Amino acid sequence: MNIHEFQAKEILRRFGAPVPDGKPAANGPDVEHAFAALGKPIAVVKAQIHAGGRGKAGGVKLVRSAGEARKFAESLLGRPLVTHQTGPEGRVVRRVYIEEASEVERELYLAMVVDRKAAAVSVIASTEGGMEIEEVAARTPERIVSEIIDPLIGVAGYQARKLAFALGLRDKQVGEMGALLAALYRAFNETDASLVEINPLVVTKQGKLLCLDAKMSFDDNGLFRHAEIRELRDPGEEDPAETEAGKHDLSYVHLDGNIGCMVNGAGLAMATMDIVKYYGAEPANFLDVGGGASAEKVAAAFRILLSDQRVRAVLINIFGGIMRCDILARGVVDAAREVDLKLPLVVRMEGTNVDQGKAILREAGIKAIAADNMAEAARLAVAAANG
Amino acid sequence: MSILVNKETRVLTQGITGATGQFHTLACREYGSQMVAGTVPGKGGTSFEGIPIFNTVEQARRATGANASVIYVPPAFAADAILESIAAGIELVVCITEGIPVLDMVRVKHYLDRSQTRLIGPNCPGVITAGECKIGIMPGYIHTPGRVGVVSRSGTLTYEAVYQLTMLGIGQSTCVGIGGDPIIGTSHVDVLEMFNNDPATEAVMLIGEIGGTGEEEAAEYIRSSFRKPVVAFIAGQTAPKGRRMGHAGAIIAGGRGGASGKIAALKDAGASVAMSPAELGTTMKALLDKRQR
Repeated sequence: MNIHEFQAKEILRRFGAPVPDGKPAANGPDVEHAFAALGKPIAVVKAQIHAGGRGKAGGVKLVRSAGEARKFAESLLGRPLVTHQTGPEGRVVRRVYIEEASEVERELYLAMVVDRKAAAVSVIASTEGGMEIEEVAARTPERIVSEIIDPLIGVAGYQARKLAFALGLRDKQVGEMGALLAALYRAFNETDASLVEINPLVVTKQGKLLCLDAKMSFDDNGLFRHAEIRELRDPGEEDPAETEAGKHDLSYVHLDGNIGCMVNGAGLAMATMDIVKYYGAEPANFLDVGGGASAEKVAAAFRILLSDQRVRAVLINIFGGIMRCDILARGVVDAAREVDLKLPLVVRMEGTNVDQGKAILREAGIKAIAADNMAEAARLAVAAANG
Repeated sequence: MSILVNKETRVLTQGITGATGQFHTLACREYGSQMVAGTVPGKGGTSFEGIPIFNTVEQARRATGANASVIYVPPAFAADAILESIAAGIELVVCITEGIPVLDMVRVKHYLDRSQTRLIGPNCPGVITAGECKIGIMPGYIHTPGRVGVVSRSGTLTYEAVYQLTMLGIGQSTCVGIGGDPIIGTSHVDVLEMFNNDPATEAVMLIGEIGGTGEEEAAEYIRSSFRKPVVAFIAGQTAPKGRRMGHAGAIIAGGRGGASGKIAALKDAGASVAMSPAELGTTMKALLDKRQR
């Protein structure tokens, strides 16, 4: 799960990281109040969307009065902002963040992620602040340093110093780096984060370290123990079909093709997308109905899949293990009746109770095209979508 | 011979009274596995279908000689269940539970690395040695004893692969689902090492997916040390970047973990890579036929 910059900064501030003062606002008057409350001659107005590249896209501006702040904010609010990360349709700006301006001497990069291979949290730092780390990794990998944090020890003093010196910090900044890393690591652990990214981390003209931007993502599997993080979810930033799927505990990812896919198991769902492509079409979605799906859940999955207007044919691929084919068939029949399905439906079922499942589909009079294996199912679905 | 589990394996179920634990404990016993004990804190002294229940794993191990455990407890308690089995000296722990927080697994993995226990999973279908012992949730009837080892990050895609093999008359030695999470106890390479030393395994089907570098490491191991033919498949060739595809570990992040790099690495290492998931069985058949000639 992702959150906005202003939310991430609020969390980091709570853990003691140096963050500029700021306030979010969703309308013109609130923007003016926020500017006045900061009490500074200059402030920055920043569009709040779940995507990077906002500065280059015109979503960030230095302002010198409450009126100027309001005028710029109103030019952003309610309109999509297109950055290189949003896709051509952009993301609608629903909030801006009004923050005190900082005098920047140097821009650095600092992040924490879970390193899968080391099975530990890893710190990544670079002197190339303000750039995307993937780009730095590709062009100048020698400018990236990293340290694995031992879960038993936490960020050791020597690791903080090593990173600080590698970033060219000196004097009091070295100690500040140690305190910052400790704060970030505590925030990471205590919120079940999957990413904390400070880009840029700046050295101000006054020689202080300051988190000028902040991004946090969280491990979905850890959200059950963080009610305060769950509340930060912004449905406006999510695909409505994906939000709906989440409510039914379904795993759905919206894609650009026209073959709607419904599968049990993530690996088989990916493989089904792949075989659709292999036979010359594009999948409209990833949809895993999971292991122990009920007929209601299958019906919900079917509705979500059909809510995509681009879908021209539906491909159901089920390998019954825990998931029983008869339950799947009943869910499909219910949903097909409810939505008055007109699209071609290709069903491939194998495994537990497969004969009962096929019988249920047959007896319900659903016009389903039966396939005996994955290749045939994909071929038939692609042909049906094109025909 | 086989790897990890056989007729002698004595299995205890952690979370034996939950719906999933009950159902699969019975299905495993029906398959022929020795299901010797269960644990549920507070229900020690009772039993389930003739299987004695204990309060702790340590008590269960002492009383029944269990040397493997399978975990069905909910995600919030699963990491602790793994730790308990490691502490009790259980040799093989299979964790089926999906949804364990990754930072819990960071702590588990560091404890695991200082122990003698082998952990399979979490978020996996389990391990089966065809005709001998099934620990997990895979449908037993699709497996048939034979000489192809299977290692996979997926559940149902593994069933698909096994089913294709069985339909072509190709039996399996042991099938290992290593799990779809970012941090898992046993990697592709770990399982390949075991298959390398297992005389009963003649060839291996390796099923990977996007995310992480486990398949690239497997390719390096195949190139340098693996002595048996490998058929591979990588799921997620059409997956977009930055999106989690069901499995917590199936995500292309920071420009890494895409399918094409994994496929290229495996091909370079000499593996036969099936490009369509419908050709898993036939690719293996072609490979085995060629070797026999």
